[in-house]
Amino acid sequence: MLGYALRRLALTVPVLFGISVIVFLVISLIPGDPATAILGAFATPENVERIRRELGLDQPLPLQYLIWLTGVLEGDLGRSYSLNRPVADEVLERFGPTLILAGAALFLCTVFGLLAGVVSAIRQYGWTDKIVTVAVLVGISTPSFFLGIMLILWFSVGLGWFPTGGMSSLFGDGGLGDLLWHLTLPATALAVVATGVVARLTRANMLEVLRQDYVRTARAKGLREGRVILRHAFLNALVNIVPIIGIQAGFVLGGAVYIESVFQWPGIGRMLVTAISTRDILLVQGGVLVVAASFVLINLVTDLIQVALDPRLRRG
Amino acid sequence: MSLTLWHRTLLASALAGFLASPLALPAAHAQVPPDVLVVGQVAEPATMDPHVATAVNDFRILVNLYEGLVRYAPGTLEVEPALAESWEISEDGTVYTFQLRDGVSFHDGTPFDAEAVKFNFDRMLNEDHPLHGTGPFPLSFFFSAIEATEVVDDLTVRFHLNEPYAPFLSNLAYPTGLIVSPTAVETHVDDFARNPAGTGPFVFRVWESNRQVALERNEDYWNGEPPLAGVVFRPITDANARVSEMLSGGIDLMVEVPPDNVRLFAEDPQFVLHEEAGPHLWFLILNTKEPPFDDVRVRQAANYAIDKESLVTNVLQGTATVAAGPTPEAFGWAHNDDLEPYPYDPDRAKELLAEAGYEGGAETVFLVTEGGSGMLDPVPMGTAIQADLAAVGIDAEIRTYEWNTFLDQVNPGLEGKAGMAQMAWMTNDPDTLPFLALRTEAMPENGGFNSGYYSNPEVDALLEEARRATDQDERARLYQEMQVIVQEDAPWVFVANWKQNAVTTANVENFRLEPSFLLILKEVAKN
Repeated sequence: MLGYALRRLALTVPVLFGISVIVFLVISLIPGDPATAILGAFATPENVERIRRELGLDQPLPLQYLIWLTGVLEGDLGRSYSLNRPVADEVLERFGPTLILAGAALFLCTVFGLLAGVVSAIRQYGWTDKIVTVAVLVGISTPSFFLGIMLILWFSVGLGWFPTGGMSSLFGDGGLGDLLWHLTLPATALAVVATGVVARLTRANMLEVLRQDYVRTARAKGLREGRVILRHAFLNALVNIVPIIGIQAGFVLGGAVYIESVFQWPGIGRMLVTAISTRDILLVQGGVLVVAASFVLINLVTDLIQVALDPRLRRG
Repeated sequence: MSLTLWHRTLLASALAGFLASPLALPAAHAQVPPDVLVVGQVAEPATMDPHVATAVNDFRILVNLYEGLVRYAPGTLEVEPALAESWEISEDGTVYTFQLRDGVSFHDGTPFDAEAVKFNFDRMLNEDHPLHGTGPFPLSFFFSAIEATEVVDDLTVRFHLNEPYAPFLSNLAYPTGLIVSPTAVETHVDDFARNPAGTGPFVFRVWESNRQVALERNEDYWNGEPPLAGVVFRPITDANARVSEMLSGGIDLMVEVPPDNVRLFAEDPQFVLHEEAGPHLWFLILNTKEPPFDDVRVRQAANYAIDKESLVTNVLQGTATVAAGPTPEAFGWAHNDDLEPYPYDPDRAKELLAEAGYEGGAETVFLVTEGGSGMLDPVPMGTAIQADLAAVGIDAEIRTYEWNTFLDQVNPGLEGKAGMAQMAWMTNDPDTLPFLALRTEAMPENGGFNSGYYSNPEVDALLEEARRATDQDERARLYQEMQVIVQEDAPWVFVANWKQNAVTTANVENFRLEPSFLLILKEVAKN
């Protein structure tokens, strides 16, 4: 198991390398460059050339990439020219909030998705099932940024229960309560679609498992229904559900880009949006690398959990 | 039975968990101190170094931290003394001597003097300066006329220019001319951008990325303490988020109110809406090199065909006024008040098109941007313009680009690409826009912004002369004459001058927007 994990981790390196090359190329290929972005209306060819020279953008592309790569190997992600600070500082500072937001959304979608799925499976075609199914459909079909705006309108502007955005109060104590208070709306908005997906697939998997012979055997043995559902059905269904939750982890990490913009969450998604529009290539690189690395890690963890849950996979 | 029980427990615990998380915690919300003003900004600032900054968003903070030798007098774009008490200009217009204010200190305690002024301009302009590497200084070309900065004595500084350059004073009043503490730059080097020190009414306290830039009252300010104990600038990129934050009381002042929300704030007694016309022009560049706009009659026809009144009222919801010519009215002295905008007259447009040989209509490509600095609402404006042009027989095919890509298409010139393109400029001097975008010398291949290749020797001569004239009345006469010719030649469609806007809560006092688009908070109080 440990060997497997280490092998998978080693594979991360070529993946990240490949991603960095692609990001570098794509950003260099789209028209407009940092100098134009900095100068805006004053971007005369003369000024652009001066700024490009000072930023080292007049060097050939492969050389620029090599300079960056050498820096990375020495632990230096370069300096962001749109923010005038080291990329590493900014990326690290922004990654924490994204992890908190995505983590909270993942927690919500796992808990409520599993719950809704299990409940509607054991009540198949009953009223609970119908209500859950409709709710799940509505949830899946609502774009998260729209839901975010609506949540702000109802709960922040209308009722005044929650802040409209940000991660902490300006003059607050910065404690956990303050964080949770700011986290509730964005995490909910981000979790809704994923919850729907988890609920649907949990229901389908539960239904399948509940029809298996060993479930009938368990019931025939006279086990209590709760135990049959939890131990025999749910745990077996979980083997197929865990990878779906893993995919949702990636999904909420990606969806954080919209939600962070709507709720002014100081995370890495919003940073990337700004960095791309200002053509801040080093900042984009730094951000994408961190996000990509976490994707790879999430996949690894998902696989490991699956292996732990399903002894059959261990033999392979 | 056991199933229902299990089922119920499950539901109940889930519900409890869901309810407990948010509702138990409303008390965590702490109040903003009463004499601290919270400003909703449009983006995270890029830098606190005024010589590095290029965005109005940064300038709004910087002008409260720093001061220049001169500044714009309140409510105008006229220059008045600030850190300099007085100045003299040599007869040939190439030597400017400033008498500096005595007894002024930077926030780090070091004195403001002539050496400090010299340091500021040398760092920006002199590539051999030991701290030139703290740049780049994108707008340093504002001062490219400076040949040398000379320290005459402690409180006298002299600029030697390589040629007469009339916009010099107004460029010194621009944020790029703000004076920074040399000691602070020497101490922090590259990190000066996040550890600023100036002489202004507010002192820098903290910059927490994506959360706030906080300033506090400068108790040693030479011109009396400001009423506010502090100012907090919060970056709220999304316009709707800014509006909801304003409505829910999270900020006291928001800038750049979206046109759709202007009425909402104007009608609510809890808020005060502020508007001020600025030196902004929204126009269409016409490609005067290629058909159909190589014919002046077609260019005039486009000016007649577009219903500018409807654009500013319906699309921009009154957040702009109709532009008459190339010089915005906010420039006051330099604006030609006799100039009337082209009226909306589709019949006249059709006549002109027919005279030019386009009875059967004309075709062209129209470059539109998705958004960008000063571009207001470019996509709806683009489609409205397209419809107006179609009504008189000009078929404009819209091509839409993201802002940076758009600039990359437009700035190198429209030849072979398009007949017309949207553009907007905000400037600090009446010289800037026509000098950079209407002269024959300013064609794209010479590094200018004349992307439509307009060329009129008369206009060239007037602009050159205005730049050399040091007398304001003489400059005014030259610019006004230029406006008449340019309007007639119609190298652009003159569309709108943006009125910048801001909303404050009703308890914010003494606040006004400036035509310079800067946010001066020295006198503002909160009750």
